[in-house]
Amino acid sequence: MKNEWPLWEVFIRGQHGMNHRHVGSLHAPDAKMAIKNARDVYTRRNEGQSIWVVEANHISASSPGEKGPLFDPSNSKTYRHPTFFDIPDEAGTM
Amino acid sequence: MDPLFQFLLRMGDNTLVLGHRVSEWCGHAPVLEEDIALANTALDLIGQTQMWLGLAGEVEGKGRSADDIAFLRDVWDFRNLLLLELPNGDFGQTLMRQFLFDAWHSVQLGHLINSSDPRVAEIAQKAAKEVAYQVERSADTVVGLGDGTAESHVRMQAALDYLWPYVGEMFQGDTVDLAMKEQGIAPDPASLRDDFDALAGRVLAQATLTIPQDNYTQQGGKTGARHTEHLGHILCQMQWLQRAYPGANW
Repeated sequence: MKNEWPLWEVFIRGQHGMNHRHVGSLHAPDAKMAIKNARDVYTRRNEGQSIWVVEANHISASSPGEKGPLFDPSNSKTYRHPTFFDIPDEAGTM
Repeated sequence: MDPLFQFLLRMGDNTLVLGHRVSEWCGHAPVLEEDIALANTALDLIGQTQMWLGLAGEVEGKGRSADDIAFLRDVWDFRNLLLLELPNGDFGQTLMRQFLFDAWHSVQLGHLINSSDPRVAEIAQKAAKEVAYQVERSADTVVGLGDGTAESHVRMQAALDYLWPYVGEMFQGDTVDLAMKEQGIAPDPASLRDDFDALAGRVLAQATLTIPQDNYTQQGGKTGARHTEHLGHILCQMQWLQRAYPGANW
């Protein structure tokens, strides 16, 4: 499909100090238009402070078939979760 | 007739009629992303209309709301530019019209933010932010399509040739404009031409399009003297509910 615009993945940062989060994807002819489209599609309700776009084919993904070896070993290792600490309110978002 | 009221009708009718035209694309645009972008543009324009016509009602002092002015006037009382009531044509023609208007609108608002009337300045300030984005978007699309494929180039040149005779009306002045200029409320329309030409010339050159040399100008929209036959059809769509069920609301 040579006439199709490439797919872009969109990341939005909602507030200063927060991470960019993946919000979805869209089509656009180039990066500049992808940012404009992202502005119109994903920030209409004042969700954004900053937009990142990346062409979807630049993203490498883990394969669902490798799920077992990749993720199973970390199952049931509760000692890896730092959930036993009380976080003071002044510390803010972690 | 109060020139300030007339001036506010012109500003508000421009955004009302173009906003309605652009909203006609909702659900029909060539791709989802453009559909949403056009709907956003239409909503921005209708939002600006509420402010301009709201102030017009206030200035008139007869208790008319922005809705009353938008939905209960007939063709001869509208003061929008002819350019904006023309049918959408194809996507390229819609975006060409959008760019030509955005270019003028951005220059006009750039002056209005310094208006001697603080209410006008305040509305202009709010609208200018939206229009700064709109003109960037429509300019990019005009360049993308003009300097695109052979097919898109031909369509964009045809759109420019068709719409160009309607551009001149944006810069024509009359007694209303003269009064606005004397009171420091709004600039002389002719004085916007150089900035418009610079912006439009740069974008259209980048789009590899040729501006027609013929400077014949269609006129009669902003004075209300002679609208095209298309305006009545827009109003029929836009107003029928209020006309059929007066005062209906939800």
